[in-house]
Amino acid sequence: MMWKAEIKVLLKKSVLDPQGQAVEKALASLGYGNVQDVRIGKYLEVSFAAASQQEAEAQVREMSERLLTNPVIEDYTFELVEV
Amino acid sequence: MKAEDWRKMGLKDEEYQLITEVIGRDPNFVELGMYSVMWSEHCSYKNSKEVLRTFPTKGERVLQGPGENAGIVDIGDGLAVCFKIESHNHPSAIEPYQGAATGVGGIIRDIFTMGARPIALLNSLRFGTLEDARARYIFNGVVSGIAGYGNCIGIPTVGGEVYFDPCYQGNPLVNAMCVGLLETDKIKRGQASGMGNPVILVGARTGRDGMHGVTFASEELSAASEEKRPAVQVGDPFMEKLLLEACLELIYNDDVVGIQDLGGAGLTCATSEMASRAGTGLEIELDRVPCREQGMTPYEIMLSESQERMLMVVLPEKEEKVHEVFRRWGLTSTTIGHVTGDGILRVRMGGKVVAEVPARSLAEDAPVYCPAFVEPAYLRTTAQLQLAEIPDLGDAEKVLLQLLSAPNIASKEWVWQQYDYMVRTCTVVLPGSDAAVLRLRGTKKGLAMTVDCNSRYVYLDPYLGGKIAVAEAARNLVCSGGEPLAVTDCLNFGNPEKAEIFWQFRKAVEGISEACLAFATPVIGGNVSFYNETNGEAIYPTPTVGMVGLLEDVEKRCTQEFKAEGDLIVLLGETYDELGGSEYLATVHGKVAGMPPALELNKEKALHKLLLDAIGKGLLKSAHDLSEGGLAVALAECTFGNNIAATVELQTNGLRSDSLLFGESQSRVLLSTAADKVELLLALAVQENVPARVIGKTGGQKLSLTVDGREVINLSLDNMMSAWREAIGCLLK
Amino acid sequence: MKFGVVVFPGSNCDLDAYHLVKDVLGQQADYIWHQEENVSAFDCLILPGGFSYGDYLRCGAIARFSPVMKSVVAFARSGGLVIGICNGFQVLLEAGLLPGALYRNLCLQFRCLFTHLKVENRQTPFTGGIEPGRLLKIPIAHGEGNYYADADTLRRMEANGQIVFRYATADGEVTDTANPNGSLYNIAGVCNEMKNVLGMMPHPERAGEAALGSEDGRLIFQSILKSWEGSR
Repeated sequence: MMWKAEIKVLLKKSVLDPQGQAVEKALASLGYGNVQDVRIGKYLEVSFAAASQQEAEAQVREMSERLLTNPVIEDYTFELVEV
Repeated sequence: MKAEDWRKMGLKDEEYQLITEVIGRDPNFVELGMYSVMWSEHCSYKNSKEVLRTFPTKGERVLQGPGENAGIVDIGDGLAVCFKIESHNHPSAIEPYQGAATGVGGIIRDIFTMGARPIALLNSLRFGTLEDARARYIFNGVVSGIAGYGNCIGIPTVGGEVYFDPCYQGNPLVNAMCVGLLETDKIKRGQASGMGNPVILVGARTGRDGMHGVTFASEELSAASEEKRPAVQVGDPFMEKLLLEACLELIYNDDVVGIQDLGGAGLTCATSEMASRAGTGLEIELDRVPCREQGMTPYEIMLSESQERMLMVVLPEKEEKVHEVFRRWGLTSTTIGHVTGDGILRVRMGGKVVAEVPARSLAEDAPVYCPAFVEPAYLRTTAQLQLAEIPDLGDAEKVLLQLLSAPNIASKEWVWQQYDYMVRTCTVVLPGSDAAVLRLRGTKKGLAMTVDCNSRYVYLDPYLGGKIAVAEAARNLVCSGGEPLAVTDCLNFGNPEKAEIFWQFRKAVEGISEACLAFATPVIGGNVSFYNETNGEAIYPTPTVGMVGLLEDVEKRCTQEFKAEGDLIVLLGETYDELGGSEYLATVHGKVAGMPPALELNKEKALHKLLLDAIGKGLLKSAHDLSEGGLAVALAECTFGNNIAATVELQTNGLRSDSLLFGESQSRVLLSTAADKVELLLALAVQENVPARVIGKTGGQKLSLTVDGREVINLSLDNMMSAWREAIGCLLK
Repeated sequence: MKFGVVVFPGSNCDLDAYHLVKDVLGQQADYIWHQEENVSAFDCLILPGGFSYGDYLRCGAIARFSPVMKSVVAFARSGGLVIGICNGFQVLLEAGLLPGALYRNLCLQFRCLFTHLKVENRQTPFTGGIEPGRLLKIPIAHGEGNYYADADTLRRMEANGQIVFRYATADGEVTDTANPNGSLYNIAGVCNEMKNVLGMMPHPERAGEAALGSEDGRLIFQSILKSWEGSR
């Protein structure tokens, strides 16, 4: 079975996000005073083969923790779709 | 083929006619595309060729002049320096980050293609004024694009210039220069020689990016240009770093017959130029070209301007070894064809011949035009400057601070601290001085380098402005202790089909030629960028001059900042009532008018000789060229590096005081020297017939300037420094 | 003493580190290609600056899986001296040889400038030869040098003397204005618990000759030499 994992990587809440802050300021200066918070992260799409959904999920976790994210500063979430 | 097909590709009806005559039939769609890009102004120089021929291009040291990927100059001891400047204006106007980044990538490839190790980058940048939000966006993007590419590939960005003027609002200029070093017996050229030799394509996969980029560069910008975004390529400096190392390894081991990078007009340009230079033909199979997307047509593959690709011709027995070296560097290389003897560029795909035309006709036979030219009408108005109508100086302190914080004069630290100017640990004069200086490891030598152009001068008098651009570049090198070697130029102009623009072009080239002849600095390569217009309005004519100089002993280099308290300050050269085209006139009085300051090449040459002698004899502590903002600004700049101020006394002797303090008379340099050396220095100046006068003494924390016995400026270093240093950052907030 | 300079695809300060230890300090030096698996011939490993693998994904994230890194880790765990500079520091963090992480500069821009470093721990092989109170003038050149570690980790590092360098003013004050990238507590360089692995963002190899504007970077390499000679 072919799967596509859509992985979102964001800086942890405890880590200052300078890019997010810059965008937040820019939005405020454009008149969006109601903006409370902006966080900037990465979005990755990984297409791969795996025998089952369970196996696919386990692999995405492993890939994310070994390479795709740095657990010291980043968190991730993902969605898995069969294609 | 319908007329609208070739017209859409930018070909004129008579050019289409010529193509049918050359190949004896109607071209197919692929062939038409190939001719349209190769016969664009960008590739063929069809409008500028005749004028460019008037440049002096020969000299004792010149090993390679114009016509190759870059020029090369001998610097002795078996070493040579290779350099070139090129524009990436239109792509940067549309997508500043990638436009500037790929401009840097392209010029680096031109240098290592010749077998030279790139050792330094410089750039000349021009933007609209920073009050404009889009100008700020482009400025930001261009600077980070240059930083992103140069820093990653690990070549220091050591110098450059940045100007702001409303004329660049819609059409910024991004000119990138690269300097490389090589051994004289390792020069490579872009020639496809040797029948049967395999042709290898290496680097990035070919995608649909950058289609018709060169045609795009040969048109004026308009609101519709934004829609042409797909014409902008994306750079990959990491890939280029690998390409650079792998290609240099192959060249050093003599495994390469000919090599050329794929830039504008992609595979079409590289194949036809390499074959044409060698008088051969090429046969290539497009099925073998690694593509980024499926289903790419021969038209797309031949015209793609995907970055970071190289074409190489090698001996059959070296073919496997070459692929092996590329594999080791993690690069994909493919043999896509071979050299033939029939002069034909033959392109196959899916078993069929999809294009078959004489290689030479693509590369060399574009029609040559001699556009009409006429003196621009605006010159009659701008020349009418009556100095008497301009009030002389009121508050000199206020004017000095105003000029120090004017973006064209203010510190460009905001720009260059985003560039890695130190990597390779050879930069011994860092950004901010008159010229950058690099040491050459393993020798005593050094290279000084600079890019210069005051486009306001060129606008007001293209001939004189062109001359001054060369003189100022040479003066900057000489102030650093470098003897000028040669020139590369980037000629940025408006639409050459307009007679007034072409007049500017001809006159500027004439001025540059004359100065290059006088200084014995031949033009060894460069680039022409026409059609720099927005909605019919042209930029100021901007012929950027890149120059490299040689220091036989790099330990003798000189910089602009004062070195010690109690040194004497000497002004070389003569000051006249010349305010035309000055930064003072523009910033303080809001006028761009008058004639630029006069330039006498003999006096300028004598000044250079004196400076090189004095620096060689160790008589100088510092030397700084007087340019925008004149004497007062130059004095302030000399105080900044080491926080040593000065006390200076001047006499007007019939001059206006604004001319004295802020005028931009040419051939002037500010020196500092130890008190016990000043006699020797002044004697040397008399011998060389250069006016020289002691005007003050270094020291203290305040710049005190007295005119005719009255102190007109008394400013603390901190006060001047903050005005000068923080101006650009403040405008961006 | 024999130094090994690890070369990843995209390293670009390898030449500078090699030049300093070999030509300036007169020691033996060799490059180590990233596919090498044996580093036992060396007394000290240098992971140089640059943009390994283009710094794509995250700085150092891909390089840390290079074949050579297994032996670098083993070399470090057995007490061998390892110094990671700039991108090399990022690789050491990704490889788990040092605590914390580096990310985007607070100003969001690349910064190339001279900094002054306060030496916080002189009891390491990298700082043992530096006289007390001596500030080091050494340049930085990076876009992602903003050091982060969580509060517990920082407390442990502090207690254990693992914070080696902090950015300071020319007068030696550790202030916000002296902090070029937003690093927590102005941290510029850290070492592991055993003190045999150092990571630092500033480039000591760019400050080894008067012509380059500072010779202070030499003090770090001279400390390494001293400690190595003492251990023989």
